Amino acid sequence: MRVMDPNDPNWFDEEAGPMVRLYALTKGRTRPASEVFDLIAMVVADTPYSADTPYGADAPYAGDGPYGSEPGLAPESVAILSLCRYRPQSVAEIAADLDLPVGVVRVLLGDLLDAGLIRVSRPVPPAMLPDERILREVINGLRAL
Amino acid sequence: MASVHSDAVPTPTKTHAHHDAQHDAQEPPDDPALALKILVAGGFGVGKTTLVGAVSEIRPLRTEELLTEAGRGVDDLGGVEQKTTTTVAMDFGRITIRDGLSLYLFGTPGQDRFWFLWDELAHGALGAVVLADTRRLEDCFPSVDYFERRGIPFVVAVNCFSGARRHAVEMVGDALDLEAETPVLLCDARERDSGKKVLIALVEHASRLHAARMLR
Repeated sequence: MRVMDPNDPNWFDEEAGPMVRLYALTKGRTRPASEVFDLIAMVVADTPYSADTPYGADAPYAGDGPYGSEPGLAPESVAILSLCRYRPQSVAEIAADLDLPVGVVRVLLGDLLDAGLIRVSRPVPPAMLPDERILREVINGLRAL
Repeated sequence: MASVHSDAVPTPTKTHAHHDAQHDAQEPPDDPALALKILVAGGFGVGKTTLVGAVSEIRPLRTEELLTEAGRGVDDLGGVEQKTTTTVAMDFGRITIRDGLSLYLFGTPGQDRFWFLWDELAHGALGAVVLADTRRLEDCFPSVDYFERRGIPFVVAVNCFSGARRHAVEMVGDALDLEAETPVLLCDARERDSGKKVLIALVEHASRLHAARMLR
């Protein structure tokens, strides 16, 4: 159980359960429309800005941001976009950051992909695994840690 | 590397995360992000989360898979009337090798009834670390069996809780009936350096196996 913090907007504790039922969030779907994203598939928000528009450094995102006006986006989807805005994030990290089950996140990601708001890169296919050069790089990188 | 859309993942113009590896100026800006997956398996309480936490640059995050019991058939919930959901927690951590190349560590869910989740985790995995405790060696049998059957490269790391000794390595290798080339090493899951050595041993082992397969 979480210690209650008066400044925490989520004043209710975990025992209260989710305020919005997960099936409402996914509109009853348990599988994404297109494909199932791997836990380490990397997601990046596809900015609707033109390429020469610089990213606003820490501009408030939800509400009046570029996706705030996107009709029908749940706050969770807006949160996903804001997470993946600066650097690619894995599906697993998104789920952990949002504190949502991976299955739910996958459904939301499927919608965002269909809407053209994100791009997803698959992990290295097993057949190409492991590329000798990359493994060497990983070993050296680990040694240097 | 395949990509759902043909565009590559762009290198962000602003680096937000502090733990990013130094940006390599030589690297083409459209180099797609590459992620590799390593599993950390072993019995309950053997130190999987500890190992992930020791080497990860992020605090161990938990990611949860929500399961509905319908159609699973493996859950022994006899007498439970309503449809329930079970949450399976999976720990994971990340190591950034460089901008655009990261290693993800996944602690596998402990209970046997979540084997089907392993298949998803193991898909495309670079390899696995099987953590062993000499006092409860049998706990890691299922993991060893799983990775051997699927030809997934793995190392066995004997977590030295209270003075597991050197001879533990040979003893474990024999007891688990491992193939001769499967590395067995001692580790202290709490120590970052020790965890790093385990990961290096695994990647080197995976690399050797791969080279051998290419020659065949």
